[in-house]
Amino acid sequence: MNKITESLLRVVSGFGGTFKGAYNVREDGECAGRQSSENIKIESKKEGPGLVIHVRPGTKGETVYIPACVTHGGVDDLVYNDFYIGEDADVLVVAGCGVHNDESTEARHNGIHRFFLEKGARVLYREKHIGTGTGKGAKRIDPVTDITMAENSYLEMDTVQISGVDSTMRRTTATLAAGARLVVRERLMTTGTEWARSDFDVTLEGEDSGVDLISRSVARGRSRQEFNSCLRGKNRCSGHSECDAILAESGSVVASPSLEAAHVDAALIHEAAIGKIAGEQILKLRTLGLTREEAEERIIQGFLK
Amino acid sequence: MPPGKEKRDMEILKLEHLAWDLPDGAGIIKDIDLSLESGKLIVVTGPNGGGKTTLAKLIAGIETPSSGRLFFEGEEITGLDVSERAKRGIAYAFQQPVRFKGLTVRDLLELASGRALDDAHLCDLLGKVGLCANEYVDRELNASLSGGESKRIEIASVLARRAKLSIFDEPEAGIDLWSFARLVETFQEVRRQKAGTLLIISHQERILSIADEIVVIADGVVRSAGPREELLPTLLADEKSPRCPLGKESARI
Repeated sequence: MNKITESLLRVVSGFGGTFKGAYNVREDGECAGRQSSENIKIESKKEGPGLVIHVRPGTKGETVYIPACVTHGGVDDLVYNDFYIGEDADVLVVAGCGVHNDESTEARHNGIHRFFLEKGARVLYREKHIGTGTGKGAKRIDPVTDITMAENSYLEMDTVQISGVDSTMRRTTATLAAGARLVVRERLMTTGTEWARSDFDVTLEGEDSGVDLISRSVARGRSRQEFNSCLRGKNRCSGHSECDAILAESGSVVASPSLEAAHVDAALIHEAAIGKIAGEQILKLRTLGLTREEAEERIIQGFLK
Repeated sequence: MPPGKEKRDMEILKLEHLAWDLPDGAGIIKDIDLSLESGKLIVVTGPNGGGKTTLAKLIAGIETPSSGRLFFEGEEITGLDVSERAKRGIAYAFQQPVRFKGLTVRDLLELASGRALDDAHLCDLLGKVGLCANEYVDRELNASLSGGESKRIEIASVLARRAKLSIFDEPEAGIDLWSFARLVETFQEVRRQKAGTLLIISHQERILSIADEIVVIADGVVRSAGPREELLPTLLADEKSPRCPLGKESARI
């Protein structure tokens, strides 16, 4: 892999020169390194670009790294990765993406990840996105995550995009069987003229299934964000979504949450708040000796932590 | 006064003809002269709406005076903003604690103290306000904390600063009896250790009874000021309407 990829990997997947466990590194649409483990098999898809990852039932405490990097303009990378998580497995999936562009043509990564969790499986899914480079060409990342969860499975999705991505369209869908639980934590910051859209569509099919979706975002400069969520309760279930956004300078955010309940015991809640940093928060930190600018940075840093 | 010490060396804060008006011109603080001595525990009391909180905010730099001057350790601070006054050693505990999403109790206390704090320090700080560090350090300063918990953490953040002048605006509000008793001990401990000057806005007899000096503010003016021994009996004699000397006076305490 090239130096740019190494640098991006350090940010998006905690790369320290090597990965411990199963991994596949994708660089500019090509495989730059792969390793399976005894319990986690990574294979190329036969019908198109992408991977099939099988986690053996009962696998505990292992990590699989599936990062992807685009290192120059003129690349439009599309990849389909399918994760099959065996019954009662408990694993960490790290799937960051970095796009670097020093050129005038667009650089894009579009990763379509499908998760199939068997009964009792547990996954912590970490997804970190970043854009770097000084070229005029746009840096785009358009992730799609489709999640199918069997009975009593659990998936926690920790997704972060902090800087440098000019345009992103993030789409997550999930269907939950009985007793399954999905937790999503999204943190997003846009600056300059960046644009970001997040769509979440979660269907709570099974009895006692549950979802907790929390999105925190900061829109700075003249950047724009859109947040759309739909929780569909089709059984006795619980769903909570929360969209908190901070506006700075001339940033703008549109939040469109929706709830659909088709069962009398579907308990669905949505909370949304959009606004500038509260003046009293800045004031409190200034009474501790921080300047206004330091206080604002600290508040945003904590908000997106 | 210690031998060899000039009176001005003992003065930590001096207010000269301090005034603050509402935009419509109504005076909230009216031509206050006040001098506070270093190392003392001073309680500001008086009827609601009399200007106590506004006075505290003027000292902390949260509000800007309409006229008058402030001096801190002999240096004029009238033109300094809240951050600069904080750096010089003025700390302020809000009457209504501020909530933050994403900032933990540990974050706040470390920001206040200006350094990373180990568990022993955190435990010590939170213990001063009757909280157990193990249960609180990693909690966010959000709505999951009760009003009383938030208030105690707010007070701990000011204690963490070890400031030359710490201002507490009604620290008793929202705090249970047991935590309040612990807080009173903490204020006494700060005084005993000569760890700074305390300016406490309060109506509580328990707080008034530990004061070195009491300042009574009503209708935006200092109605009376002096040693606790002189003022407290008068205040307690007429709880419904504190008997205060009429008219403004310049107060040195």
